[in-house]
Amino acid sequence: MRLISYSEAIAEAQLQEMKRDDKVFLMGLVQRDPYGSAFGQTKGISSKLGTERVIDVPVSENGYVGAGIGAAITGMRPVVELQFSDFITISMDQVVQQGANVRYMFGGQIKVPMVLRAPTGAYMSAAAHHSHSLEAWFSFIPGLKVVLPSDAYDAKGLLISAIRDDNFVIYLEHKKLYDKKMNVPEKPYTIPLGKAAIKQEGTDLTIVAWSFMVSKALEAADLLAKEGISVEVIDLRTVSPLDEDVIISSVEKTGKLLVVQEAYRHSSVATDVSALVAEKGFDFLDAPIKLVTAKDAPIPFSPVLENYLLPQTQDIVAEARNLILEGR
Amino acid sequence: MINKTIAKEIYRKMFTIRAFEERVEELFSAGEIPGSVHLYIGEEACAVGVCMNLNPEDYITSTHRGHGHCIAKGGDISKMMAELYGKKTGYNKGKGGSMHIAYPNIGILGANGIIAAGMPIATGAALSAKLQKNGRIVVSFFGDAASNQGTFHESINLAAALNLPVLFACENNQFGVGTRISEVTRVSDIGNRAVAYGIPGKIVDGQNVVAVYETVKELIEDIRQGKGPALLEMKTWRFKAHFQGEPATYRSNEEESSWIKKDPINIAREEFKKKGLLGKTQVTEIEKEVLNALEKAVEYARKSPDPEPEEALTDVFA
Repeated sequence: MRLISYSEAIAEAQLQEMKRDDKVFLMGLVQRDPYGSAFGQTKGISSKLGTERVIDVPVSENGYVGAGIGAAITGMRPVVELQFSDFITISMDQVVQQGANVRYMFGGQIKVPMVLRAPTGAYMSAAAHHSHSLEAWFSFIPGLKVVLPSDAYDAKGLLISAIRDDNFVIYLEHKKLYDKKMNVPEKPYTIPLGKAAIKQEGTDLTIVAWSFMVSKALEAADLLAKEGISVEVIDLRTVSPLDEDVIISSVEKTGKLLVVQEAYRHSSVATDVSALVAEKGFDFLDAPIKLVTAKDAPIPFSPVLENYLLPQTQDIVAEARNLILEGR
Repeated sequence: MINKTIAKEIYRKMFTIRAFEERVEELFSAGEIPGSVHLYIGEEACAVGVCMNLNPEDYITSTHRGHGHCIAKGGDISKMMAELYGKKTGYNKGKGGSMHIAYPNIGILGANGIIAAGMPIATGAALSAKLQKNGRIVVSFFGDAASNQGTFHESINLAAALNLPVLFACENNQFGVGTRISEVTRVSDIGNRAVAYGIPGKIVDGQNVVAVYETVKELIEDIRQGKGPALLEMKTWRFKAHFQGEPATYRSNEEESSWIKKDPINIAREEFKKKGLLGKTQVTEIEKEVLNALEKAVEYARKSPDPEPEEALTDVFA
């Protein structure tokens, strides 16, 4: 086994898929070497495969995201990158009105085999223009799949699946995870979209998380274990489609649900997971559903302010303790 | 040069568009067609003059005023009419309607309800053609109003930077909904904006199909040779309102009559007759054939089944 980082895993997945299928190409800002994308997610690819399928574009998010869609519906499999997921606001017409709708509006005559990759999330002192967690905007829209890998192993397997998928997949990479290394097989492998992973088994409480919050949930679970609380940590991996079965069966086992989300609470994936469990798992609950989320303000710059606003491991631990007490 | 075969095909297509749109107007007013319709009457020379230069495998993107583009590119009027009726047998199985007719098998990558949204998609189709080296080219139809969208700039700049095989074809019908283009744009010739992107730009009388056809022929020859994108502006006028039912009070009677004198179908017919490319009997014959086919299309649409309600949930994902 060898250790590689989350961003290296992303680059490797793309390189291997481009070697496997000449319809796969990359398009975004500074995709080519020496830059190899803002966080190194395409590093080495243009040096190995040439520049024809590694396309550097002007800063025109609506234009080049739309061009990705045009290429996808005419036989290519584009992997388009936004330098930050925040910039998806600029390309929302193409994502929501065109990419998500076009297959349906055409009565199923075409497919949109495109991946739109983008760095997501905060905890970077990047302030409000570069710190959003917008996954709920996309899980809200029929026709989009939304993937948020929480570690390097998942990043590679989920990205290969996303590239091979015949639908428009939004693939959100967390900026805090890019440097995190782990054992990642060199050979290509896939992780199915729409399936959650149980990252840690437990019996007293279910924590549902995704993306960077999975590592916070696991940290919290370690601390809680020292207090004799056994936590099951579920990583959604994809927030759309949502793996309802894994969530419900875990709650059936533990009777308690804590959803941990970096994004704001209202109209979010966390509220959706809560609604799901309230609707289909109510009888299994022996305490109210709890949520740990960001507080409602734009993401601030100062670390002091940002840490206050965003979910911290201690918040998860505290809420989990409350939940255990309430359930007794 | 236009020969007899081309002239006949041009006239057939232009007349088909006109007859289709006039029939749609009646059927919409009679309440047979749901939703809304944006008629192409008056602009026929644009779609036909452009598309007569395309091969079946070439692509187009179209607009909310798209029936003409679809017919000009070779669309079947029965499948189109059925789509307008929201029927299962329509091109989009009743999921798109008038503003979204698509048939990728002959390169129709969809009419589009969002102004200028087809332009990035056309750019991407051109990138796809270039990467696949399949020799296809793309035409992106859009209106004068679209030239003020960010995607106009983004798409043309991107296509120019990547040297893509795409013609950006502006139908300047002078109005965005009810606002005159001159009130919202200081340049009078959208075609001149090509200079800003370092690509060729041409301005042509959009009422004259021969002028459109020949101008596009030149532009497309270069595009097919890999010389990159071009911008074309066709000066035209829609004879009807923005959408059917809108009173169009923003235009004067004088303006209307001056444009109706420049009816593109009359201009084409007279020019073809004058040049001996199309005889009177042929004209009558073509018109009769088109009207027969049109009635069959209406009957097809009327008799076609509605989609099953549950089909509302299919085709979301592949």
